[in-house]
Amino acid sequence: MTAYIIRRLLYALPILIGVNAFTFVLFFVVNSPDDMARMHLGGKRVTDQAIQGWKEEHGYAKPLLINRERQGSDMFTETILFEKSLRLFLFDFGQSDSGRDISHDISQRMWPSLAIALPTLLVGLAVNITFALLLAFFRATYLDLWGVVICVAMMSISSLFYIIGGQFLVGKLLNLVPISGYDTGVHAWKFMILPVIVAVIGGIGSGTRWYRTLFLEEIHRDYVRSARAKGLSEQRVLFRHVLRNAMIPILTGVVVVLPLLFIGSLLTESFFGIPGLGSYTIDAINNQDFAIVRAMVFLGAVLYILGLLLTDISYTMVDPRVRLD
Amino acid sequence: MPFQPVILWTDALVYLLLVLAAGMLWYTRGHEHLMQPWRRVAGSRTAQAALVVLSSYLVIGLLDTLHFHPRTGDREAADVVYSTEVSSLFDVIAGPLRTQREKTYSAPFAIHLFSKETIEKADGTTVRDYPRLAYGGAHLDAHGTGRLADILGKALAGAVKWALAWSLLLVLLCRFSRARILRLLGGRMRNPWHVAAWSALLLMGVFGALWEMAGYYHVLGTDKVGEDVFFQSLKSIRTGLIIGTLTTLVMLPAAILLGIMAGYFRGWVDDLIQYLYTTLNSIPGVLLIAAAVLMMQIYMSNHADDFNSLTERADLRLLFLCLILGVTSWTSLCRLLRGEALKLRDLEYVQAARAFGVGHFRILLRHVLPNVMHIVLIAVVLDFSGLVLAEAVLSYISIGVDPATNSWGNMINGARLELAREPVVWWSLLAAFGFMFTLVLAANLVSDVVRDALDPRLRQ
Repeated sequence: MTAYIIRRLLYALPILIGVNAFTFVLFFVVNSPDDMARMHLGGKRVTDQAIQGWKEEHGYAKPLLINRERQGSDMFTETILFEKSLRLFLFDFGQSDSGRDISHDISQRMWPSLAIALPTLLVGLAVNITFALLLAFFRATYLDLWGVVICVAMMSISSLFYIIGGQFLVGKLLNLVPISGYDTGVHAWKFMILPVIVAVIGGIGSGTRWYRTLFLEEIHRDYVRSARAKGLSEQRVLFRHVLRNAMIPILTGVVVVLPLLFIGSLLTESFFGIPGLGSYTIDAINNQDFAIVRAMVFLGAVLYILGLLLTDISYTMVDPRVRLD
Repeated sequence: MPFQPVILWTDALVYLLLVLAAGMLWYTRGHEHLMQPWRRVAGSRTAQAALVVLSSYLVIGLLDTLHFHPRTGDREAADVVYSTEVSSLFDVIAGPLRTQREKTYSAPFAIHLFSKETIEKADGTTVRDYPRLAYGGAHLDAHGTGRLADILGKALAGAVKWALAWSLLLVLLCRFSRARILRLLGGRMRNPWHVAAWSALLLMGVFGALWEMAGYYHVLGTDKVGEDVFFQSLKSIRTGLIIGTLTTLVMLPAAILLGIMAGYFRGWVDDLIQYLYTTLNSIPGVLLIAAAVLMMQIYMSNHADDFNSLTERADLRLLFLCLILGVTSWTSLCRLLRGEALKLRDLEYVQAARAFGVGHFRILLRHVLPNVMHIVLIAVVLDFSGLVLAEAVLSYISIGVDPATNSWGNMINGARLELAREPVVWWSLLAAFGFMFTLVLAANLVSDVVRDALDPRLRQ
């Protein structure tokens, strides 16, 4: 197992190098630092001096790949590639273009993201599985048919509608909870409840339909038929056999997104004013703060790869047929 | 000529898509085994109704794709001058809808503006009141008496007009296909064509009523700068369709080629292609799109002189968005195709072809590609609705289409802050959501039927 994990971590390295190279090309080669400086300083009528000043200030004044003015190892370390890109591997995200310490911001902001995303995931899972089991129990009846129709209709509604509608209905008309904002500690629940509910409702359509398909796939298996032939009641068949076997694809689907929960949801967070990583990214996009976007791209890739690794490990735990060597 | 045709980049790709679709249709008609799944689709009532909705969107989108520079100035003048503005055929048809602008917000069917203004009366005194709209309900008297009756009358007239058009269309179609009208409408044919016919009547009736009323009122109100919301929603159809279809079109060549090559050749080719898509896939989609669009914005603002007009710039931005969305979405299709090609390469007919000395390229083209096409089609159909929804979200995060382009995302983005007003400005939001919902629902329903018909696993 340990050997497998180490091997997988080594496999992840080339992928991270690829991601890093990709972001480097995207952020520094497609547009040179001069272009970025001009963009930030505004328009075409910017003096070369001002551009040079901006680059010095933000650490973009060095050559891209090789610094010929230096000797020895400094030739490679005193470059943009090293300082802005390779340091990401050490999770040293450096400073944002507005001069803030990105690592510090991330460590502060991942907790509110998690506080919203984790309840959303868990409540959503419970709700979706309940509905899906219900539909599977009443399969091939009108209840099932209309349930699926409602699911498809709910899938067709834009997520923006759920958010805007939820804010309008609960926050403005009923005046139950604040529309947006966040608080530390236990008082945060007031601000958390609306985003969580809205996100759960928004996910019901696709989630329920997906889990229903999984359950129906299991229901037609031979072991279910034998369980029924044994004389087990339908409830027992569903809960003891179908649900437990369908848990394998469900769990692995959940595990892969677990690390990404730290990043949170861009939309939810920016609409509800939650100071998490999602709204951090959105703000960075709107302020055209490339250092933050670059850091988030790398962080997202790391977390995704971690999720894939966790998925493979969780396979061995829930499904004894799978062995990793 | 009264106009000078313009072919924008996205227009050209739409035409290419139409040619491809027509070619595939023609090819399919000649092969019975390829027709089989489509017969299943035609046999589904849901698909029939949903396809009617989709094709009505398609017609409007296509009308909006025929672009040209209208001629300006004196008609008698010797030298022909064309406007720099780009219009579409749809703009011409919608004529008054486009030009009849109010000052600012007005509610659906309102005859007064939504906000109070200082109005000077005939006797010189000023009063603060809601001024009359310049166009909405302008044919009514000062108090707007008989507005309800007028609206209902216009709606009925429009519905009747379009119902007549429907019956004419039906007669022509039946004459063309030698079907009996009564048998068709009564649902006594092998396929449920009557569902399509009746839903077309419903759709055309509703649209006719709206269209007729839109000539006299702002049926869905006006937005902040006084533009008709109904017109905006209709114009946004093209953007939605383009994002939904061109994205898949631009990613297909890469996905198909790399996918089947990885599965067929295995070895280092497989490793390389797998590495490529795993790397791209591990970057969260939104972040990748955000990064790429930011870079494009810089490029465009630093090279502003390269674009002849705002329309051209907005069009290129739309195309670029399709490209970048394509880059993020080709990986899943590529992986599916690789898996399928891995299976196919060991089948007897491929081995037999290889034993006969057929070249790799020919095997891929003749034996592998046709047998993975159903997966490609399913992916194309399934992706469509997700992409239409994604456009709205991306436009909200301001990494979507150009702010000057008509799109549902831009409508929502522009209107969402107005919910905080008292009373609420709701019509822009609801119109955008309504149009988007109809399109996505229809696409979802069709894609379900198409997937069931094409997926051999489900057919047993």
